[in-house]
Amino acid sequence: MQSLQKITSRFIPLRIENVDTDQIIPARFLKATTKEGFGKNLFRDWRYENDDETKPKADFVLNQKQYSGDILVAAKNFGCGSSREHAAWSIQDYGFKVVVSSFFADIFKNNALNNGVLPVTVTDAFLQQIFAKGAEATLTIDLEKQTIIIDKTGAAETFDINAYKKTCMLNGYDDIDYLLSIKKEIEQFELNHKMN
Amino acid sequence: MGKTIFDKIWDKHVVKIIEDGPSVLYIDKHLIHEVTSPQAFSGIEKRGATLFRPTQIVATADHNVPTMNQHLPIADQLSKFQVDTLIENCQKHGIELYGLGHPNQGIVHVIGPELGITQPGMTIVCGDSHTSTHGAFGSIAFGIGTSEVEMVFASQCVMQSKPKVMRINIEGSLQNGVVSKDIILYIIAKISASGATGYFVEYAGSAIRALSMEARMTICNMSIEMGARGGIIAPDETTYNYMKGRPFAPQGADWEIQLAGWKQLYTDAAAKFDLEININAAEIDPMITYGTNPGMGLSVTGTLPTLNSITDPTEKQNFEKALKYMGLQAGQTLLGMPVQYVFIGSCTNSRIEDFRLVASIIKGKQKDPNVKTLIVPGSQEVAKQIKAEGLDKIFTAAGIEIRQAGCSACLGMNEDKIPAGAYCISTSNRNFEGRQGAGARTLLASPLTAAAALLTGKIMDIRTMLN
Repeated sequence: MQSLQKITSRFIPLRIENVDTDQIIPARFLKATTKEGFGKNLFRDWRYENDDETKPKADFVLNQKQYSGDILVAAKNFGCGSSREHAAWSIQDYGFKVVVSSFFADIFKNNALNNGVLPVTVTDAFLQQIFAKGAEATLTIDLEKQTIIIDKTGAAETFDINAYKKTCMLNGYDDIDYLLSIKKEIEQFELNHKMN
Repeated sequence: MGKTIFDKIWDKHVVKIIEDGPSVLYIDKHLIHEVTSPQAFSGIEKRGATLFRPTQIVATADHNVPTMNQHLPIADQLSKFQVDTLIENCQKHGIELYGLGHPNQGIVHVIGPELGITQPGMTIVCGDSHTSTHGAFGSIAFGIGTSEVEMVFASQCVMQSKPKVMRINIEGSLQNGVVSKDIILYIIAKISASGATGYFVEYAGSAIRALSMEARMTICNMSIEMGARGGIIAPDETTYNYMKGRPFAPQGADWEIQLAGWKQLYTDAAAKFDLEININAAEIDPMITYGTNPGMGLSVTGTLPTLNSITDPTEKQNFEKALKYMGLQAGQTLLGMPVQYVFIGSCTNSRIEDFRLVASIIKGKQKDPNVKTLIVPGSQEVAKQIKAEGLDKIFTAAGIEIRQAGCSACLGMNEDKIPAGAYCISTSNRNFEGRQGAGARTLLASPLTAAAALLTGKIMDIRTMLN
């Protein structure tokens, strides 16, 4: 897994609430059997007219040239709906390293963390401050300090992440390595565990 | 200090707690399907690891399968490759697979309970958010991502932080014409599509106790649509009567031993919840959604919110976006509005009781000629039962075709899609933009409301059509 310590970048503001994973990656792209190449279909139906890559929708933020960066900022309840990890793969493959929102759906949050994409939860008020900034503004996210700063104004918030997941993100460790390392304990647990 | 049923089951499955981190949670049953498993299999292989407990895994093909001519090779090459990959992976790793053509094949959340694989007190996961369905049996069941599927392959465990617990009490009797789908749509409309995020939800109260197992599954199924990690209902005689004699349910003396354990699975009177919500069952009308998330629902006789009633600017912008997508006006009523499609199916409402409900309404009548239908049983077993009970004849006489088992138009991964701009009354669980096909306009409702639309081609109040 990709590690992440600190990032300063411009951001892409997606001022839409309840962005579900069907929008992030529509079901017709879930037929793949590998994790690669999902970025080109990220937000596919919001990005293109009639599924046509030559007809980008001018009103969609990924198509607006003034916006760029490795950080996606979205309104509340980002990543709700289907558990498809393809949503996290698409966001990562497109190039985002951090997603900022005032509220994440649970499964998406786990999926993002398991793929080296950092979900940063901020207050509603701070989210509005970010949205109010222009395309030139940058954000700095420092995982070690658990802070997010709007560089232009110095406005800052701290964000939550449990110590275990933080260590994983900082070092690029994944849960499977950890689980494989405690196999003996799991076998021990099974000896006393009745199925019901 | 009492314990909730959720705490009782959770605590029994904790292998270890990582300080200031998640718990390592042991998983009793792992259900897999073709869409969210291939990358987990290749991940395991890349690590040079093996599957830790393959006999605790059951596989089926459901999301991506055609619902006509299942005996023929799958025409869509990508779908075929994905289904073939599942077959190959299951063979290679020694996993029981109920693939196309197998009598046990069907939607993963329909076959688990139907076969008696789903049992009280278990932890159950699947790479599918509607895994919450299995909570109807008093199990902790939740959807996971593909990395977590790989974790369970590797270790039979997932890493999860313990969620908060909410109880929703529904007391009293339902109106005639109101069914469990209306209960859950009512709850989601009340607390919003994110109202239960961070929680596991226990459903309780006399209205829940009075429901059949299949009706309880419909409620637990949609827990995720309000953001909940899962839903759970304490097991009771209704649960045991449903389970007894099913192929994978305990038999003989073992049944009695297990039963004694299951009877301990209830929330103690002194247990505390992080949040409790009380609902009067009689208040619930037949429900329908009008927007692009399942929280945007109302009574079938209600009117959409007005623009003035929404003050938050982002919320207003989202409401207008949803109305534009749905082709609806703020403040309007839906009653009497024509629909072009009816979809009856999905892990929410594709079980035999759903087909009995629909048949009871359409019996001896004709389908509206303008309505196109997608009627899809949840499993081969449900399809068999439909025939055994003669319900297929009622559908045929009404001019309605019954298809073969699969997820179908719930997510439109196969060819069962709703065309752009068309309205579809759907018994499924999600009305997201494009969910049933690019530009499709989904109106979520109960099987009874769907049956009314089959006959009239319109959004109707089923209560006015019942004797």
